[in-house]
Amino acid sequence: MGFHIVVCAGIVPDPLQTLEPITGPQGPALKNEMMLPAVLDPWAKHALFEAAHLAAKTPDSKVWLVSMAPKTKLQQVMMSIAQKASFELVALDGPASGFTDSQAVAEALAAAINAISGLDRKRLLVFGGWESASRGAGATLQIVGERLGIVEQFQGVDELSVTASGSLRILERVEGGMHQISHCDGPPAVLGWATGSLPEPPNNPQVGMANMRTLMPALQKATAAGVAVDGKSFTSVEVPKQRRDTRIVKDASTDDIAREIMEWIKG
Amino acid sequence: MSATMQDSPRATLQTLPGDDVRQIMWRFAERYDIQMLLQSVREVARGPVARLVAEGGRNSHEWTEGKQALIKHFDEAGITTAAVGPEYGGIVSGPYNLLLSLISFELAWVDAGAATGSLAGFLAFAPINERGTPEQVAEYTQRTASDGKGGHLRGAFGLTEPLPYVGVETGTLAGKVRIVEWRDGQEPLLHVDKRGRFITNMDLANYVTVAVDSDDERIKGSCMIIVEETDPGTFDRGVPTKKLAHQLSSTRDPVISVKVPASRIIGGYTIENGVIVPNYSHGKIIEAVFKHTRVSVGLLTAAKLLSAIEPVIRYQRERFRGRPGIDPGTPRHDLGLQQREDVLHRLIDVWATGEAAASLGFAAARLFDVLDPLEKDKERALSEQGAKGGLSQVKALQGSEKRALEFLALRAQPESERDNARFQELESDTIVQYLITDAVGNVLCPACKLWNTGYGATMMREALSLMGGYGITEDCPGFLAQKWMDAQLEATYEGPEAVQRRQLSLSMTLDLFIEQYKQWILEMRRIAFERPGTGACSLASAMELWLYTLNHLRKSTDDFGKKLYNTPRQGVTFPLADALCWLLATRELISDVIELEIKGAENPALAEGLPGLVAFYTDLCHVQCARAAGEVGKVCAELVYGYNRHPSWDRDSCACYSAEELESLESIVPGITPVASGLVDVIGPDGAAPCKAGPCAHAEGLQTFQRLRAKLDGCLTGARLAKDRAAYALTEVMIPEVLDYPR
Repeated sequence: MGFHIVVCAGIVPDPLQTLEPITGPQGPALKNEMMLPAVLDPWAKHALFEAAHLAAKTPDSKVWLVSMAPKTKLQQVMMSIAQKASFELVALDGPASGFTDSQAVAEALAAAINAISGLDRKRLLVFGGWESASRGAGATLQIVGERLGIVEQFQGVDELSVTASGSLRILERVEGGMHQISHCDGPPAVLGWATGSLPEPPNNPQVGMANMRTLMPALQKATAAGVAVDGKSFTSVEVPKQRRDTRIVKDASTDDIAREIMEWIKG
Repeated sequence: MSATMQDSPRATLQTLPGDDVRQIMWRFAERYDIQMLLQSVREVARGPVARLVAEGGRNSHEWTEGKQALIKHFDEAGITTAAVGPEYGGIVSGPYNLLLSLISFELAWVDAGAATGSLAGFLAFAPINERGTPEQVAEYTQRTASDGKGGHLRGAFGLTEPLPYVGVETGTLAGKVRIVEWRDGQEPLLHVDKRGRFITNMDLANYVTVAVDSDDERIKGSCMIIVEETDPGTFDRGVPTKKLAHQLSSTRDPVISVKVPASRIIGGYTIENGVIVPNYSHGKIIEAVFKHTRVSVGLLTAAKLLSAIEPVIRYQRERFRGRPGIDPGTPRHDLGLQQREDVLHRLIDVWATGEAAASLGFAAARLFDVLDPLEKDKERALSEQGAKGGLSQVKALQGSEKRALEFLALRAQPESERDNARFQELESDTIVQYLITDAVGNVLCPACKLWNTGYGATMMREALSLMGGYGITEDCPGFLAQKWMDAQLEATYEGPEAVQRRQLSLSMTLDLFIEQYKQWILEMRRIAFERPGTGACSLASAMELWLYTLNHLRKSTDDFGKKLYNTPRQGVTFPLADALCWLLATRELISDVIELEIKGAENPALAEGLPGLVAFYTDLCHVQCARAAGEVGKVCAELVYGYNRHPSWDRDSCACYSAEELESLESIVPGITPVASGLVDVIGPDGAAPCKAGPCAHAEGLQTFQRLRAKLDGCLTGARLAKDRAAYALTEVMIPEVLDYPR
């Protein structure tokens, strides 16, 4: 029997864009956020590719992508993502910035998952990123699992394999570049993916057109998700600082440059 | 944007225009299938294509493994089969002119050679698609969709090019066809000899659509024939062409000598008195083909210009960073070269040109999407009337021209005043609608090809120069140097500039076009009233001046009594054709900006930045209107005055006063001397003429021109303020941290 895999994935501004925190009418925001091109959250994107891969090699499996974002932005992102994997979209119209509350987002996602028609909880694997590229709180997926009553949770997953008996063998990242190997009897389970090991599939317009049949209706019927941040405030917001220590040294020899680099690497 | 709105603080451009903006401006916001395919194309363009360029993949004339690998990416991304309809397994059901133009644009954003490779496949198929028999269309569409071996049939288009030192010039077809076998009751077997030069896709072509002339009295005229690599005989792909541009596309000089059945004649044939008469000459076929494909070529250059904006802004801002003492927060750090007005103004010129070129190209593509089905309907309608080809069709179309002009006149009238029954009758008349659409298409297509590539290449050089020495290096971000060289080839591909000017000089004088052009002038006046910030007023005045000049030149002669607007007189017709292109491109830009203003408001993702976007684009329109007006004014003045002989210091041509005459008049009209000296030529007491070429030229009969010219100059009021605002926007706009290619 195949899996029912639900991938939770938000969208974030294209990482190449200039991200400048500002204070908007509803609190912290990114300057021109709605105008910036968006991409599927990179961590969650790995989860989606892993889900599609697992579904493709496990007969009778199906993938849903549950995403909360402003639907016009989500639609633009889907024009590319929908070509990379087969899935059915469940769209929630809501904010996608990193300034939403993890619990409120998780509640909305869990409710959306609960509402999926035909979803078999006994076959359910909830995938997502172990954190997000917008804020990286690393909490949303865990709360989604808790709300769904799924206690088998794994974070920082790089590999999932299904044994002959149907149990799951999972590699989670731990300190020192090592992996922790866990075994799980089977679904339901929550897997927060790190990078996995699959390359990004090329766009395939045929796949995209097939997804389109459910994608556009899903976007059209996307309802507003209430994820107010009442009672919460941000004391400060800043993007990670870029460090640039440029020195101009004339006539340095190749050996000197190499030596200095080696010393820097060694710390 | 109303005049009252301009009094409020102006919003400015916040981010570079993204997909949402382009989809609205170029009218495919509702076409999700096209958007999806374009995302697929973008991934290939900014991924494998960009990586190959960065790795130096262009530095070889040979068809390398790296170039060949791109073909697989094109296939996977759906580019190869983009023109294949869903009934054959394709993805998009059209409109194909817009779709193929968008694909070309997306690839050319990174490398136009890659775009050419894909375009060439469409070009090869185009003769079949446009004029092929139903059987030919079905067979080659099916094989393009799938060759039955997991791949796709690929084609090349073999017209002709001059072969150096072998005595073949451009006007002669370097290909011959003759009958080698014709048994009673069977299909004739033909021998096709074709030598091509500069034939794109030859490294991978499975078939070539070649243009050939008859070398046999049993075959009439010229035709196009499909030859395949497996046909008996020689299918030599030839030597690589040592071109300096578009190196990612395969180009060779093939030698083909094969036997093919006569069923390969594109469009079929009839047999009359023992002679094979092709249904379409090669000229008829390429006329139908090029009217579509030239638009895509024009868009290649537009893509380059727009792709240059982001790297140039980044270069300008970062120019001084990293130097000691250039700290964040200082103008030199944050603005860099953008502290200087010149670089900003020049970049605005590049941007305005790119936008106008894109607007013109996509407008032309959309128009051909309307025209194509109309043309088929027209053929059907004419056939039903008994006009099945040649002269009978020409006569039938000429007979409908009056009705088309009547329709245009009715369309210009207010609905409440016109004969609506007659209007509706003519509106539903296929031939009438075909004629008026075709009249515009015959102008927009060459205008797009000519202006986008020709003037585009000039502006590409400008973009390059804004990057300083970095611009002319191989690792310049955005590959600007390569794009500059490519632009030069685009000006030549599919008919060099002179060919486009020649076509324009004929098509732009036709009544059906001129009547529509007159309505466009009124349209610009209306827009100027509603949106004065666009500069539509100056465009309308420039359009009027151009039309006056055309009419004047058509009925005027030069100092020797020779007609001015005359086919061989390219010194007259060609500059006027060039001037028209400026007007058309600018008009389309204004149209796209209005579309953005109206439809953008419906897109929540754009709501935040729309006022700034519209304000910036409005200023950009104004800038482009002023540049177009300046160009048109210059060209028209030179043509109107330039063919009159300059007067000399003789009695016949000198309406002069002598110094003594003025002195005597001084007693009657005190103060006349200094005033007259400024208005007329005054001969000195010693009979010496003023130190200049001759008496000032008088413009008898040209008062209307002078009035229009003076009006045009006045219409430029505010244009430079708009340019200042647009330039300021460049210093404020947020750009990404780095360019998004190579990925």
